[in-house]
Amino acid sequence: MIEVRDLTKQYGSTRAVDHLSFAVQEGKVTGFLGPNGAGKSTTMRLILGLDRPDGGTATIGGRPYRELSQPLRVVGALLEARAVHSGRSAYNHLLCLAQSQGLPRRRVDEVIELIGLTQVARKRAGGFSLGMGQRLGIAAALLGDPKVLVLDEPVNGLDPEGIRWIRNLMKRLAAEGRTVLVSSHLMNEMAVTADHLVVIGRGRLIADCPTEEFIERSSHKFVRVKGPDPVGLERAIVGGGGRVGATDGGALAVSGMDAAHIGELAARHGLVLHELAPQLASMEEAFMELTGDSVEYGAQADEPAGPAMAASPAEGR
Amino acid sequence: MTAATSGADTPSGVDSGRSWGFGGLLRAEWTKLRSVRSTVWSLLLLVVLTLGFTTLFTALTVSQWSKSSVSQQRQIVADPVGMILGAGFQLSQLAICVLGVMVMASEYSTGMIRSSLLAVPKRTPMLWAKCVVFAALVFVVAEVAAIPSFFIGAAILHPKAPVALGDPGVARAIVGAGLYLCVLSLFALAIGALLRHTAAAITGIIGFVLVLSPLAQLLPGSFGEHVHAYLPSEAGHLIAQARQGTNDLLSPWQGFGVFCLWTAVLLAAAAYLLKRRDA
Repeated sequence: MIEVRDLTKQYGSTRAVDHLSFAVQEGKVTGFLGPNGAGKSTTMRLILGLDRPDGGTATIGGRPYRELSQPLRVVGALLEARAVHSGRSAYNHLLCLAQSQGLPRRRVDEVIELIGLTQVARKRAGGFSLGMGQRLGIAAALLGDPKVLVLDEPVNGLDPEGIRWIRNLMKRLAAEGRTVLVSSHLMNEMAVTADHLVVIGRGRLIADCPTEEFIERSSHKFVRVKGPDPVGLERAIVGGGGRVGATDGGALAVSGMDAAHIGELAARHGLVLHELAPQLASMEEAFMELTGDSVEYGAQADEPAGPAMAASPAEGR
Repeated sequence: MTAATSGADTPSGVDSGRSWGFGGLLRAEWTKLRSVRSTVWSLLLLVVLTLGFTTLFTALTVSQWSKSSVSQQRQIVADPVGMILGAGFQLSQLAICVLGVMVMASEYSTGMIRSSLLAVPKRTPMLWAKCVVFAALVFVVAEVAAIPSFFIGAAILHPKAPVALGDPGVARAIVGAGLYLCVLSLFALAIGALLRHTAAAITGIIGFVLVLSPLAQLLPGSFGEHVHAYLPSEAGHLIAQARQGTNDLLSPWQGFGVFCLWTAVLLAAAAYLLKRRDA
């Protein structure tokens, strides 16, 4: 289990991570979500002891990373930045890491086969494509058969097949009871991979909840209703138990009631309808809305998203 | 899932708590060192340049003997082994300077340092393991260059300045040449670790080894002499001489001690910063 408590990191005048607290549970894939520059990589570097926090703590199984004596057997990490000597072969890269942890040589052969690097294992890593480099990074992460995995943007540079491979790998690792923390700036990617989401913006926590709940909250459904008598329509809908908000062009944004129900209601009241259209705000847009001004939303992280923000993605259309 | 069928002992999720195993780190650093081309090339260059320049300079010395001054002749006769080893290593030591810098700075330039520090988050054990492996390798290769270069040089110089392995101080000087390059490699490694950029660190070490010494000689009087004598490479290379020259302020072992002190200070600073700085 990974536990981050009150973590803070300052670079010059920018506060990259700002009193961040969350916990990552074992047995599931936890998505670490935020726009570029939100502080995801910095947080991961702090968890992994590469950077020193200015405040707060990050622990793995109750201990700071720096105190682990054979850390690759406990935590496997894939960093966003390249972390391989370009003149060294993939095999020797993995071999020197294995030796530093007292792992046997055959473990290197195992991960090379597992990750599908057999063809290029003896080639210099500097000549690898982005995708191959990423696979080598993942091989290094799995080397010590760790119980905890920290992966920073693992699908970067992978082709669709590679992306599917990574997704399945992460799900399998979590199903085996491991703790998997994976960062991404793509909401859609996380929606299909992660069981739980930790969402940050400008270094602060925005949400920490199951993925389903986050999607429910941020992809707000409503029905666009338009007619010559909006006042009458609103009265009928509110009377029937729906909620009404305004959209552009004089249409009503109705939530808490589906389109069929609204149509029947209008017929019963003899009201004319010009438009009756169910809408689904795109998850990606809702996510950007949520994280775009994270200072404002950071304070009310646990409140459900208000109707104003649910309606606004429709405005852009 | 195949990742689970691993060679690792009990993936307990909690650290095994076993002691580190410095031996593992030594093996890891040896793998790192032998698996990049710059190591092989630099060390090959060291041997070739040493043998080549020893042959060249001793041959020139003999052929130009009658044209050289009496004081020069007297200096060579007094300490032929110093002349033989100095001729070769004066230039070939630059290969060690560059390699020493690369061993550490290339970790930063390639990003490898992140993998290294993830594997050894206490950090300094990685630096010490690197120092041990690298210095040992340099010592062995330096002796591989120094021993034949002594015999070649001695054979060429024999008509003018005979010297034998059994003469006082000669064996120590030959071992000393290896010791000098060994400590020089650590000196360069420390500068690479401090500056973290290959180009800057190579400039730095070349400055120390090649530029500072003639500059210090320009300083006036005894002050200049002392500064010059205590410069790292000037003090250090005395160990590769059979005896203290008439113009030398320091004895071979004193000079070597001064050089070791310089290196220890730089390594301590490198270790401190390695521990403190964000990687």
